[in-house]
Amino acid sequence: MSAPLLAVERLTKRFGGLAANEDVSFTVAAGEIVGLIGPNGAGKTTVFNSLAGFFPPTSGEIRLDGRPVAGSPPERMAALGVARTFQIVRVFKSMTVLENVMVGAMLHHRAVRAATARAWEALQLTGLERRADEPAGRLTVAEQKRLEVTRALASEPRLLLLDETMAGLTPAEVQEAVELVRRLQARGIACVVVEHVMEGIMPIADRMVVLERGRVIADGPPRAIAEDPAVIAAYLGEEYRAPGP
Amino acid sequence: MSRAGLGRTLALVALLAAALFPLVVRSATWQNTAILMLMLAQLGVAWNILGGYAGQVSLGHAAFFGTGAYVSTLLALRFGLTPWVGMFAGAGVSAALSLVIGWPCFRLKGHYFAMATIAVGEIVQAVVNGWDLLGGAVGLSLPLQQTGLWHMVFNRSKLPYHYIALGLLLFTLLVNWLVTRSHVGYYLRAIKDEPDAARSLGVSLTRYKLYAIALSSGLAAMGGTLYAQKELLIDPGSTLSTGLSIKMSLVAIMGGVGTLAGPIVGAVVLTAIEEASRMGFGGTGRGTDMVVYGLLIVLIAIYQPAGILGWIRQRFPAAPAATPPARGAGEAA
Repeated sequence: MSAPLLAVERLTKRFGGLAANEDVSFTVAAGEIVGLIGPNGAGKTTVFNSLAGFFPPTSGEIRLDGRPVAGSPPERMAALGVARTFQIVRVFKSMTVLENVMVGAMLHHRAVRAATARAWEALQLTGLERRADEPAGRLTVAEQKRLEVTRALASEPRLLLLDETMAGLTPAEVQEAVELVRRLQARGIACVVVEHVMEGIMPIADRMVVLERGRVIADGPPRAIAEDPAVIAAYLGEEYRAPGP
Repeated sequence: MSRAGLGRTLALVALLAAALFPLVVRSATWQNTAILMLMLAQLGVAWNILGGYAGQVSLGHAAFFGTGAYVSTLLALRFGLTPWVGMFAGAGVSAALSLVIGWPCFRLKGHYFAMATIAVGEIVQAVVNGWDLLGGAVGLSLPLQQTGLWHMVFNRSKLPYHYIALGLLLFTLLVNWLVTRSHVGYYLRAIKDEPDAARSLGVSLTRYKLYAIALSSGLAAMGGTLYAQKELLIDPGSTLSTGLSIKMSLVAIMGGVGTLAGPIVGAVVLTAIEEASRMGFGGTGRGTDMVVYGLLIVLIAIYQPAGILGWIRQRFPAAPAATPPARGAGEAA
Protein backbone atom coordinates (compact mmCIF):
# COMPACT_ATOMS: atom_id res chain seq x y z
CA MET A 1 0.00 0.00 0.00
CA SER A 2 1.24 3.50 -0.78
CA ALA A 3 1.83 6.02 1.98
CA PRO A 4 -1.26 7.83 3.31
CA LEU A 5 -1.79 11.46 2.29
CA LEU A 6 -0.99 12.66 5.80
CA ALA A 7 0.81 10.76 8.53
CA VAL A 8 1.32 12.37 11.92
CA GLU A 9 3.94 10.43 13.84
CA ARG A 10 4.47 10.90 17.58
CA LEU A 11 4.00 14.65 17.23
CA THR A 12 4.99 16.51 20.39
CA LYS A 13 4.78 20.24 20.95
CA ARG A 14 5.90 21.84 24.18
CA PHE A 15 5.55 25.45 25.20
CA GLY A 16 8.14 25.78 27.92
CA GLY A 17 7.29 23.01 30.38
CA LEU A 18 3.75 22.58 29.08
CA ALA A 19 3.16 19.81 26.55
CA ALA A 20 0.27 20.87 24.32
CA ASN A 21 0.67 17.73 22.21
CA GLU A 22 2.33 14.53 23.40
CA ASP A 23 3.04 11.63 21.02
CA VAL A 24 0.07 12.41 18.77
CA SER A 25 -0.16 9.94 15.88
CA PHE A 26 -2.86 9.51 13.25
CA THR A 27 -3.19 9.27 9.50
CA VAL A 28 -5.51 10.75 6.89
CA ALA A 29 -6.07 8.99 3.57
CA ALA A 30 -6.69 10.93 0.37
CA GLY A 31 -10.28 12.16 0.28
CA GLU A 32 -10.97 11.11 3.87
CA ILE A 33 -12.78 13.27 6.43
CA VAL A 34 -11.28 12.99 9.90
CA GLY A 35 -12.89 14.69 12.87
CA LEU A 36 -10.54 15.95 15.56
CA ILE A 37 -12.44 16.41 18.82
CA GLY A 38 -11.72 16.82 22.49
CA PRO A 39 -12.35 19.17 25.39
CA ASN A 40 -11.08 22.74 25.39
CA GLY A 41 -7.33 22.85 25.87
CA ALA A 42 -6.85 19.29 24.60
CA GLY A 43 -4.42 20.55 21.95
CA LYS A 44 -6.56 20.43 18.80
CA THR A 45 -5.58 23.86 17.54
CA THR A 46 -1.92 23.12 18.34
CA VAL A 47 -2.12 20.06 16.07
CA PHE A 48 -3.58 22.32 13.38
CA ASN A 49 -0.89 24.92 13.78
CA SER A 50 1.79 22.23 13.49
CA LEU A 51 0.16 20.71 10.40
CA ALA A 52 -0.22 24.11 8.73
CA GLY A 53 3.38 25.03 9.50
CA PHE A 54 2.70 27.76 12.05
CA PHE A 55 4.46 25.91 14.90
CA PRO A 56 7.55 23.80 14.36
CA PRO A 57 6.98 20.61 16.37
CA THR A 58 9.24 19.94 19.36
CA SER A 59 9.64 16.36 18.17
CA GLY A 60 7.91 13.86 15.96
CA GLU A 61 7.31 13.92 12.23
CA ILE A 62 4.62 15.00 9.80
CA ARG A 63 4.60 13.25 6.42
CA LEU A 64 2.77 14.19 3.26
CA ASP A 65 2.79 11.29 0.77
CA GLY A 66 5.51 9.80 2.91
CA ARG A 67 7.81 12.82 2.65
CA PRO A 68 8.81 14.53 5.92
CA VAL A 69 7.52 18.12 6.09
CA ALA A 70 7.52 18.94 9.82
CA GLY A 71 8.95 22.40 10.46
CA SER A 72 8.14 23.76 7.00
CA PRO A 73 6.73 27.31 7.14
CA PRO A 74 3.03 27.91 6.33
CA GLU A 75 3.68 29.19 2.82
CA ARG A 76 5.57 25.96 2.03
CA MET A 77 2.77 23.81 3.47
CA ALA A 78 0.28 25.71 1.34
CA ALA A 79 2.36 25.03 -1.76
CA LEU A 80 2.40 21.33 -0.81
CA GLY A 81 -1.40 21.32 -0.78
CA VAL A 82 -2.33 21.94 2.85
CA ALA A 83 -4.86 24.75 3.35
CA ARG A 84 -6.57 25.89 6.54
CA THR A 85 -9.24 28.07 8.02
CA PHE A 86 -8.91 29.94 11.29
CA GLN A 87 -10.87 29.46 14.50
CA ILE A 88 -11.25 33.22 14.75
CA VAL A 89 -11.97 34.32 11.20
CA ARG A 90 -9.23 36.15 9.36
CA VAL A 91 -10.72 37.35 6.11
CA PHE A 92 -8.99 40.19 4.26
CA LYS A 93 -11.41 42.88 5.40
CA SER A 94 -10.36 45.65 3.03
CA MET A 95 -10.85 43.38 0.01
CA THR A 96 -14.03 42.18 -1.64
CA VAL A 97 -15.23 38.60 -1.30
CA LEU A 98 -14.02 37.83 -4.82
CA GLU A 99 -10.60 39.37 -4.16
CA ASN A 100 -10.24 37.29 -0.99
CA VAL A 101 -10.80 34.14 -2.97
CA MET A 102 -8.48 35.33 -5.74
CA VAL A 103 -5.61 35.53 -3.24
CA GLY A 104 -6.15 31.81 -2.63
CA ALA A 105 -6.41 31.06 -6.34
CA MET A 106 -3.16 32.91 -7.06
CA LEU A 107 -1.16 30.13 -5.42
CA HIS A 108 -1.45 28.19 -8.67
CA HIS A 109 -2.76 30.87 -11.06
CA ARG A 110 -0.59 33.99 -10.87
CA ALA A 111 -2.34 35.86 -13.67
CA VAL A 112 -5.29 37.94 -12.48
CA ARG A 113 -7.62 36.66 -15.22
CA ALA A 114 -6.95 33.00 -14.48
CA ALA A 115 -7.21 33.62 -10.73
CA THR A 116 -10.54 35.40 -11.23
CA ALA A 117 -11.93 32.46 -13.17
CA ARG A 118 -10.72 29.99 -10.55
CA ALA A 119 -12.14 32.15 -7.75
CA TRP A 120 -15.57 32.19 -9.43
CA GLU A 121 -15.60 28.42 -9.61
CA ALA A 122 -14.86 28.22 -5.89
CA LEU A 123 -17.51 30.84 -5.06
CA GLN A 124 -20.12 28.93 -7.03
CA LEU A 125 -19.22 25.72 -5.22
CA THR A 126 -19.68 27.30 -1.80
CA GLY A 127 -22.67 29.44 -2.81
CA LEU A 128 -21.08 32.83 -2.10
CA GLU A 129 -21.12 34.09 -5.67
CA ARG A 130 -23.93 36.56 -5.04
CA ARG A 131 -21.80 38.28 -2.39
CA ALA A 132 -18.73 38.47 -4.63
CA ASP A 133 -18.53 42.27 -4.84
CA GLU A 134 -19.23 42.93 -1.14
CA PRO A 135 -16.37 44.04 1.10
CA ALA A 136 -15.49 40.91 3.08
CA GLY A 137 -15.82 42.77 6.37
CA ARG A 138 -19.52 43.32 5.72
CA LEU A 139 -20.38 39.59 5.69
CA THR A 140 -22.00 37.83 8.65
CA VAL A 141 -19.73 35.61 10.75
CA ALA A 142 -21.26 32.51 9.13
CA GLU A 143 -20.53 33.94 5.69
CA GLN A 144 -17.00 34.91 6.69
CA LYS A 145 -16.37 31.34 7.78
CA ARG A 146 -17.71 30.15 4.46
CA LEU A 147 -15.46 32.68 2.74
CA GLU A 148 -12.42 31.24 4.53
CA VAL A 149 -13.36 27.79 3.25
CA THR A 150 -13.83 29.20 -0.26
CA ARG A 151 -10.49 30.99 -0.14
CA ALA A 152 -8.70 27.87 1.04
CA LEU A 153 -10.53 25.81 -1.60
CA ALA A 154 -9.36 28.15 -4.36
CA SER A 155 -5.76 27.29 -3.48
CA GLU A 156 -6.59 23.76 -4.71
CA PRO A 157 -5.55 21.88 -1.58
CA ARG A 158 -5.35 18.12 -1.18
CA LEU A 159 -5.83 18.48 2.56
CA LEU A 160 -8.07 21.08 4.12
CA LEU A 161 -7.86 21.88 7.84
CA LEU A 162 -11.18 23.27 9.10
CA ASP A 163 -10.90 24.86 12.54
CA GLU A 164 -14.34 25.12 14.20
CA THR A 165 -16.03 26.20 11.01
CA MET A 166 -19.43 25.41 12.52
CA ALA A 167 -19.09 27.05 15.92
CA GLY A 168 -21.69 29.73 16.53
CA LEU A 169 -23.77 28.80 13.51
CA THR A 170 -27.54 28.25 13.59
CA PRO A 171 -28.75 24.65 13.03
CA ALA A 172 -29.68 25.56 9.45
CA GLU A 173 -26.23 27.00 8.85
CA VAL A 174 -24.63 23.89 10.35
CA GLN A 175 -26.59 21.83 7.83
CA GLU A 176 -25.28 24.02 5.01
CA ALA A 177 -21.74 23.61 6.32
CA VAL A 178 -22.20 19.84 6.44
CA GLU A 179 -23.36 19.87 2.82
CA LEU A 180 -20.35 21.98 1.90
CA VAL A 181 -17.84 19.58 3.47
CA ARG A 182 -19.54 16.72 1.61
CA ARG A 183 -19.12 18.62 -1.66
CA LEU A 184 -15.42 19.11 -0.86
CA GLN A 185 -15.04 15.40 -0.23
CA ALA A 186 -16.76 14.67 -3.52
CA ARG A 187 -13.96 16.64 -5.16
CA GLY A 188 -11.39 14.36 -3.57
CA ILE A 189 -10.22 16.82 -0.91
CA ALA A 190 -9.32 15.28 2.44
CA CYS A 191 -10.44 17.27 5.49
CA VAL A 192 -9.33 17.35 9.09
CA VAL A 193 -12.16 18.98 11.00
CA VAL A 194 -11.79 20.40 14.50
CA GLU A 195 -15.30 20.71 15.81
CA HIS A 196 -17.32 20.99 18.99
CA VAL A 197 -20.61 20.81 17.12
CA MET A 198 -21.23 17.07 17.22
CA GLU A 199 -24.33 17.33 15.01
CA GLY A 200 -22.03 18.76 12.39
CA ILE A 201 -19.10 16.38 12.54
CA MET A 202 -20.62 12.98 13.45
CA PRO A 203 -22.58 12.49 10.21
CA ILE A 204 -19.72 13.40 7.87
CA ALA A 205 -16.57 12.02 9.49
CA ASP A 206 -15.10 8.81 8.18
CA ARG A 207 -13.03 8.63 11.32
CA MET A 208 -12.72 10.49 14.60
CA VAL A 209 -9.56 11.21 16.53
CA VAL A 210 -10.14 12.20 20.15
CA LEU A 211 -7.58 14.26 22.04
CA GLU A 212 -7.41 14.76 25.75
CA ARG A 213 -4.65 16.66 27.54
CA GLY A 214 -2.53 16.59 24.41
CA ARG A 215 -2.78 12.84 23.82
CA VAL A 216 -4.86 10.69 21.49
CA ILE A 217 -7.31 8.68 23.62
CA ALA A 218 -9.39 7.20 20.81
CA ASP A 219 -9.27 6.80 17.02
CA GLY A 220 -12.02 5.09 15.07
CA PRO A 221 -15.33 5.36 13.23
CA PRO A 222 -17.81 7.91 14.68
CA ARG A 223 -20.26 5.27 15.94
CA ALA A 224 -17.57 3.48 17.93
CA ILE A 225 -16.24 6.80 19.26
CA ALA A 226 -19.69 7.89 20.43
CA GLU A 227 -19.98 4.72 22.50
CA ASP A 228 -16.41 4.65 23.79
CA PRO A 229 -16.58 4.97 27.61
CA ALA A 230 -13.23 6.78 27.78
CA VAL A 231 -14.42 9.37 25.27
CA ILE A 232 -17.74 9.81 27.04
CA ALA A 233 -15.96 10.30 30.34
CA ALA A 234 -13.41 12.72 28.96
CA TYR A 235 -15.49 14.75 26.59
CA LEU A 236 -18.86 13.77 25.23
CA GLY A 237 -20.55 13.25 28.61
CA GLU A 238 -23.96 14.84 28.54
CA GLU A 239 -23.18 16.96 25.51
CA TYR A 240 -23.88 14.52 22.74
CA ARG A 241 -26.49 11.84 22.45
CA ALA A 242 -27.14 10.00 19.24
CA PRO A 243 -29.99 11.76 17.43
CA GLY A 244 -33.36 10.33 18.48
CA PRO A 245 -35.86 8.83 16.06
CA MET B 1 -21.94 58.62 -14.37
CA SER B 2 -20.40 55.66 -12.56
CA ARG B 3 -17.79 56.31 -9.92
CA ALA B 4 -15.09 54.75 -12.09
CA GLY B 5 -16.14 57.03 -14.95
CA LEU B 6 -16.14 60.03 -12.63
CA GLY B 7 -12.68 59.05 -11.40
CA ARG B 8 -11.34 58.85 -14.95
CA THR B 9 -12.82 62.23 -15.81
CA LEU B 10 -11.34 63.83 -12.69
CA ALA B 11 -7.96 62.28 -13.45
CA LEU B 12 -8.03 63.71 -16.97
CA VAL B 13 -8.99 67.17 -15.69
CA ALA B 14 -6.21 67.02 -13.09
CA LEU B 15 -3.67 65.97 -15.72
CA LEU B 16 -4.71 68.82 -18.02
CA ALA B 17 -4.56 71.31 -15.17
CA ALA B 18 -1.09 70.07 -14.19
CA ALA B 19 0.13 70.26 -17.80
CA LEU B 20 -1.25 73.77 -18.42
CA PHE B 21 -0.53 75.33 -15.01
CA PRO B 22 2.97 76.75 -15.69
CA LEU B 23 1.83 78.07 -19.08
CA VAL B 24 -1.04 79.98 -17.52
CA VAL B 25 0.46 81.00 -14.18
CA ARG B 26 3.65 82.96 -14.87
CA SER B 27 4.62 83.74 -11.27
CA ALA B 28 7.97 82.06 -10.55
CA THR B 29 6.98 81.46 -6.93
CA TRP B 30 3.78 79.67 -7.87
CA GLN B 31 5.50 77.71 -10.58
CA ASN B 32 8.07 76.55 -8.04
CA THR B 33 5.32 75.59 -5.61
CA ALA B 34 3.65 73.53 -8.33
CA ILE B 35 6.88 71.65 -9.09
CA LEU B 36 7.43 70.90 -5.40
CA MET B 37 3.83 69.70 -5.17
CA LEU B 38 4.29 67.30 -8.10
CA MET B 39 7.50 66.01 -6.56
CA LEU B 40 5.81 65.54 -3.20
CA ALA B 41 2.95 63.66 -4.86
CA GLN B 42 5.44 61.38 -6.63
CA LEU B 43 7.18 60.59 -3.34
CA GLY B 44 3.81 59.93 -1.69
CA VAL B 45 2.87 57.46 -4.44
CA ALA B 46 6.25 55.74 -4.07
CA TRP B 47 5.87 55.55 -0.27
CA ASN B 48 2.33 54.25 -0.64
CA ILE B 49 3.42 51.03 -2.35
CA LEU B 50 5.14 49.93 0.85
CA GLY B 51 3.28 51.91 3.51
CA GLY B 52 -0.19 51.96 2.01
CA TYR B 53 -0.62 48.73 0.06
CA ALA B 54 1.67 46.44 2.07
CA GLY B 55 0.91 48.30 5.32
CA GLN B 56 4.58 48.55 6.32
CA VAL B 57 4.81 52.12 7.59
CA SER B 58 8.27 53.49 6.86
CA LEU B 59 9.37 56.69 8.56
CA GLY B 60 12.84 56.54 7.04
CA HIS B 61 12.11 56.93 3.36
CA ALA B 62 14.28 60.06 3.13
CA ALA B 63 17.22 57.62 3.24
CA PHE B 64 16.12 56.27 -0.16
CA PHE B 65 15.29 59.71 -1.55
CA GLY B 66 18.73 60.90 -0.44
CA THR B 67 20.43 57.85 -1.91
CA GLY B 68 18.97 58.72 -5.30
CA ALA B 69 20.07 62.34 -4.97
CA TYR B 70 23.62 61.46 -3.88
CA VAL B 71 24.23 58.60 -6.33
CA SER B 72 23.21 60.52 -9.46
CA THR B 73 25.01 63.68 -8.31
CA LEU B 74 28.20 61.79 -7.51
CA LEU B 75 28.09 60.00 -10.87
CA ALA B 76 27.58 63.33 -12.66
CA LEU B 77 30.42 65.02 -10.76
CA ARG B 78 32.93 62.18 -11.02
CA PHE B 79 32.16 60.65 -14.40
CA GLY B 80 30.02 63.24 -16.14
CA LEU B 81 27.21 60.73 -16.31
CA THR B 82 23.86 62.15 -17.39
CA PRO B 83 21.30 62.20 -14.58
CA TRP B 84 18.87 60.39 -16.88
CA VAL B 85 21.06 57.34 -16.39
CA GLY B 86 22.09 58.38 -12.88
CA MET B 87 18.42 58.39 -11.91
CA PHE B 88 18.15 54.66 -12.64
CA ALA B 89 21.55 53.95 -11.07
CA GLY B 90 20.31 55.73 -7.94
CA ALA B 91 17.12 53.72 -8.01
CA GLY B 92 19.14 50.50 -8.26
CA VAL B 93 21.46 51.42 -5.39
CA SER B 94 18.50 52.54 -3.30
CA ALA B 95 16.58 49.32 -3.99
CA ALA B 96 19.64 47.26 -3.05
CA LEU B 97 20.07 49.28 0.16
CA SER B 98 16.39 48.81 0.97
CA LEU B 99 16.72 45.03 0.66
CA VAL B 100 19.65 45.06 3.10
CA ILE B 101 17.59 47.19 5.51
CA GLY B 102 14.33 45.33 4.90
CA TRP B 103 15.72 41.85 5.50
CA PRO B 104 16.20 42.37 9.28
CA CYS B 105 13.57 45.07 9.78
CA PHE B 106 10.70 43.01 8.33
CA ARG B 107 11.09 40.64 11.25
CA LEU B 108 9.55 43.45 13.27
CA LYS B 109 5.84 44.03 13.14
CA GLY B 110 3.66 47.13 13.19
CA HIS B 111 4.99 49.99 15.29
CA TYR B 112 8.32 48.25 15.80
CA PHE B 113 8.97 48.26 12.07
CA ALA B 114 8.13 51.96 11.87
CA MET B 115 10.48 52.71 14.78
CA ALA B 116 13.29 50.72 13.14
CA THR B 117 12.91 52.75 9.95
CA ILE B 118 13.25 56.00 11.93
CA ALA B 119 16.51 54.65 13.32
CA VAL B 120 17.70 53.64 9.83
CA GLY B 121 16.90 57.11 8.50
CA GLU B 122 18.83 58.76 11.32
CA ILE B 123 21.79 56.40 10.89
CA VAL B 124 22.03 57.11 7.16
CA GLN B 125 21.89 60.84 7.85
CA ALA B 126 24.63 60.56 10.48
CA VAL B 127 26.84 58.48 8.17
CA VAL B 128 26.51 60.93 5.26
CA ASN B 129 27.17 63.85 7.60
CA GLY B 130 30.58 62.40 8.36
CA TRP B 131 31.47 61.08 4.90
CA ASP B 132 33.90 63.36 3.04
CA LEU B 133 33.34 61.69 -0.34
CA LEU B 134 29.73 62.86 -0.09
CA GLY B 135 30.66 66.35 1.07
CA GLY B 136 29.81 65.71 4.71
CA ALA B 137 27.46 68.21 6.27
CA VAL B 138 28.16 70.76 3.51
CA GLY B 139 26.84 68.49 0.81
CA LEU B 140 27.46 68.42 -2.92
CA SER B 141 26.66 70.97 -5.58
CA LEU B 142 26.24 70.52 -9.31
CA PRO B 143 27.89 73.00 -11.69
CA LEU B 144 25.59 75.52 -13.32
CA GLN B 145 27.69 75.69 -16.50
CA GLN B 146 26.46 72.45 -18.03
CA THR B 147 22.87 73.13 -18.87
CA GLY B 148 20.34 71.56 -21.18
CA LEU B 149 18.19 68.47 -21.36
CA TRP B 150 21.13 66.03 -21.42
CA HIS B 151 22.43 67.37 -18.10
CA MET B 152 18.93 67.96 -16.71
CA VAL B 153 19.96 71.44 -15.61
CA PHE B 154 17.84 74.42 -16.64
CA ASN B 155 18.69 77.91 -15.40
CA ARG B 156 16.55 80.21 -17.56
CA SER B 157 13.14 78.74 -16.98
CA LYS B 158 11.80 76.29 -14.41
CA LEU B 159 9.35 74.96 -16.98
CA PRO B 160 11.32 71.80 -17.92
CA TYR B 161 11.48 70.74 -14.27
CA HIS B 162 7.72 70.97 -14.10
CA TYR B 163 7.28 68.55 -16.99
CA ILE B 164 9.99 66.18 -15.79
CA ALA B 165 8.31 66.11 -12.38
CA LEU B 166 4.94 65.47 -14.03
CA GLY B 167 6.44 62.72 -16.19
CA LEU B 168 8.08 61.09 -13.18
CA LEU B 169 4.80 61.22 -11.27
CA LEU B 170 2.99 59.55 -14.18
CA PHE B 171 5.72 56.90 -14.43
CA THR B 172 5.43 56.21 -10.69
CA LEU B 173 1.65 55.96 -10.97
CA LEU B 174 2.05 53.54 -13.89
CA VAL B 175 4.34 51.30 -11.82
CA ASN B 176 1.89 51.46 -8.91
CA TRP B 177 -1.03 50.63 -11.22
CA LEU B 178 0.82 47.67 -12.73
CA VAL B 179 1.51 46.38 -9.22
CA THR B 180 -2.17 46.60 -8.27
CA ARG B 181 -3.07 44.72 -11.45
CA SER B 182 -0.71 41.85 -10.71
CA HIS B 183 -0.75 39.16 -8.04
CA VAL B 184 1.85 41.19 -6.14
CA GLY B 185 -0.71 43.93 -5.44
CA TYR B 186 -3.26 41.42 -4.16
CA TYR B 187 -0.64 39.75 -1.99
CA LEU B 188 0.50 43.07 -0.51
CA ARG B 189 -3.06 43.97 0.50
CA ALA B 190 -3.55 40.48 1.93
CA ILE B 191 -0.35 40.83 3.96
CA LYS B 192 -1.54 44.18 5.31
CA ASP B 193 -4.96 42.82 6.32
CA GLU B 194 -4.12 39.39 7.76
CA PRO B 195 -0.50 38.25 7.49
CA ASP B 196 -1.13 34.78 8.95
CA ALA B 197 -4.02 34.11 6.58
CA ALA B 198 -1.85 35.26 3.67
CA ARG B 199 0.88 32.82 4.71
CA SER B 200 -1.63 29.99 4.92
CA LEU B 201 -2.43 30.66 1.25
CA GLY B 202 1.19 30.37 0.21
CA VAL B 203 2.28 34.01 0.42
CA SER B 204 5.85 34.48 1.64
CA LEU B 205 5.67 37.62 3.78
CA THR B 206 9.37 38.43 3.56
CA ARG B 207 9.58 37.99 -0.19
CA TYR B 208 6.63 40.23 -1.01
CA LYS B 209 7.52 42.89 1.55
CA LEU B 210 11.00 42.98 -0.02
CA TYR B 211 9.43 43.42 -3.47
CA ALA B 212 7.41 46.31 -2.08
CA ILE B 213 10.30 48.06 -0.35
CA ALA B 214 12.57 47.65 -3.41
CA LEU B 215 10.00 49.24 -5.72
CA SER B 216 9.05 51.92 -3.22
CA SER B 217 12.64 52.90 -2.41
CA GLY B 218 13.72 52.82 -6.06
CA LEU B 219 10.95 55.19 -7.08
CA ALA B 220 11.66 57.49 -4.12
CA ALA B 221 15.31 57.60 -5.22
CA MET B 222 14.27 58.77 -8.69
CA GLY B 223 12.50 61.65 -6.99
CA GLY B 224 15.76 62.34 -5.15
CA THR B 225 17.67 62.68 -8.42
CA LEU B 226 15.12 65.15 -9.74
CA TYR B 227 15.40 67.16 -6.51
CA ALA B 228 19.19 67.29 -6.84
CA GLN B 229 18.93 68.47 -10.46
CA LYS B 230 16.39 71.12 -9.58
CA GLU B 231 18.17 72.53 -6.52
CA LEU B 232 21.74 71.80 -7.72
CA LEU B 233 22.72 71.55 -4.07
CA ILE B 234 22.13 68.62 -1.81
CA ASP B 235 23.04 68.16 1.82
CA PRO B 236 21.95 65.75 4.56
CA GLY B 237 19.56 68.30 6.05
CA SER B 238 17.55 68.76 2.88
CA THR B 239 17.60 65.22 1.48
CA LEU B 240 17.89 62.86 4.46
CA SER B 241 15.91 64.45 7.27
CA THR B 242 13.28 62.59 9.26
CA GLY B 243 10.97 65.56 8.62
CA LEU B 244 11.07 64.69 4.91
CA SER B 245 10.32 61.03 5.70
CA ILE B 246 7.30 62.08 7.73
CA LYS B 247 6.12 64.35 4.95
CA MET B 248 6.21 61.49 2.41
CA SER B 249 4.13 59.29 4.68
CA LEU B 250 1.81 62.15 5.58
CA VAL B 251 0.71 62.91 2.00
CA ALA B 252 -0.21 59.26 1.48
CA ILE B 253 -1.91 58.88 4.86
CA MET B 254 -3.81 62.14 4.50
CA GLY B 255 -5.00 61.43 0.95
CA GLY B 256 -5.82 57.79 1.55
CA VAL B 257 -3.41 54.89 1.99
CA GLY B 258 -3.56 52.03 -0.44
CA THR B 259 -5.23 54.06 -3.18
CA LEU B 260 -3.69 55.18 -6.46
CA ALA B 261 -4.79 58.82 -6.26
CA GLY B 262 -4.63 59.25 -2.48
CA PRO B 263 -1.08 60.64 -2.30
CA ILE B 264 -1.86 63.15 -5.06
CA VAL B 265 -4.86 64.46 -3.15
CA GLY B 266 -2.70 64.52 -0.03
CA ALA B 267 0.08 66.46 -1.77
CA VAL B 268 -2.37 69.08 -3.06
CA VAL B 269 -3.96 69.55 0.35
CA LEU B 270 -0.67 69.54 2.27
CA THR B 271 0.88 72.07 -0.12
CA ALA B 272 -2.17 74.32 0.23
CA ILE B 273 -2.00 74.10 4.03
CA GLU B 274 1.74 74.80 3.99
CA GLU B 275 1.39 77.81 1.75
CA ALA B 276 -1.44 79.15 3.89
CA SER B 277 0.56 78.69 7.09
CA ARG B 278 3.60 80.28 5.46
CA MET B 279 1.55 83.32 4.51
CA GLY B 280 -0.02 83.41 7.94
CA PHE B 281 3.10 82.86 10.06
CA GLY B 282 5.80 84.27 7.83
CA GLY B 283 8.26 82.61 5.48
CA THR B 284 11.12 81.44 7.66
CA GLY B 285 9.18 79.74 10.43
CA ARG B 286 10.28 76.18 9.75
CA GLY B 287 8.89 75.21 13.10
CA THR B 288 5.31 75.91 12.05
CA ASP B 289 5.57 73.22 9.36
CA MET B 290 6.26 70.60 11.97
CA VAL B 291 3.44 71.86 14.17
CA VAL B 292 1.08 71.58 11.20
CA TYR B 293 2.27 68.04 10.35
CA GLY B 294 1.85 66.92 13.94
CA LEU B 295 -1.62 68.41 14.17
CA LEU B 296 -2.65 66.75 10.88
CA ILE B 297 -1.42 63.33 12.01
CA VAL B 298 -3.40 63.62 15.23
CA LEU B 299 -6.55 64.79 13.43
CA ILE B 300 -6.36 62.04 10.79
CA ALA B 301 -5.71 59.36 13.39
CA ILE B 302 -8.73 60.45 15.43
CA TYR B 303 -11.29 61.38 12.80
CA GLN B 304 -10.41 59.83 9.46
CA PRO B 305 -7.83 57.00 9.42
CA ALA B 306 -8.90 56.16 5.84
CA GLY B 307 -7.82 59.62 4.62
CA ILE B 308 -9.62 62.05 2.36
CA LEU B 309 -10.39 59.50 -0.39
CA GLY B 310 -11.60 57.05 2.25
CA TRP B 311 -13.95 59.71 3.58
CA ILE B 312 -15.30 60.40 0.09
CA ARG B 313 -15.87 56.69 -0.50
CA GLN B 314 -17.78 56.39 2.76
CA ARG B 315 -19.92 59.39 1.93
CA PHE B 316 -20.65 58.27 -1.62
CA PRO B 317 -20.53 54.47 -1.69
CA ALA B 318 -20.33 52.86 -5.12
CA ALA B 319 -23.46 51.14 -6.36
CA PRO B 320 -22.89 47.39 -6.22
CA ALA B 321 -22.18 45.88 -9.61
CA ALA B 322 -25.39 44.37 -11.00
CA THR B 323 -23.73 41.46 -12.77
CA PRO B 324 -20.46 39.84 -11.83
CA PRO B 325 -17.99 40.98 -14.48
CA ALA B 326 -15.92 37.80 -14.60
CA ARG B 327 -18.75 35.35 -14.45
CA GLY B 328 -18.52 34.39 -18.10
CA ALA B 329 -14.81 33.78 -17.69
CA GLY B 330 -15.51 31.58 -14.68
CA GLU B 331 -17.96 29.41 -16.52
CA ALA B 332 -15.87 29.24 -19.65
CA ALA B 333 -12.80 28.00 -17.77
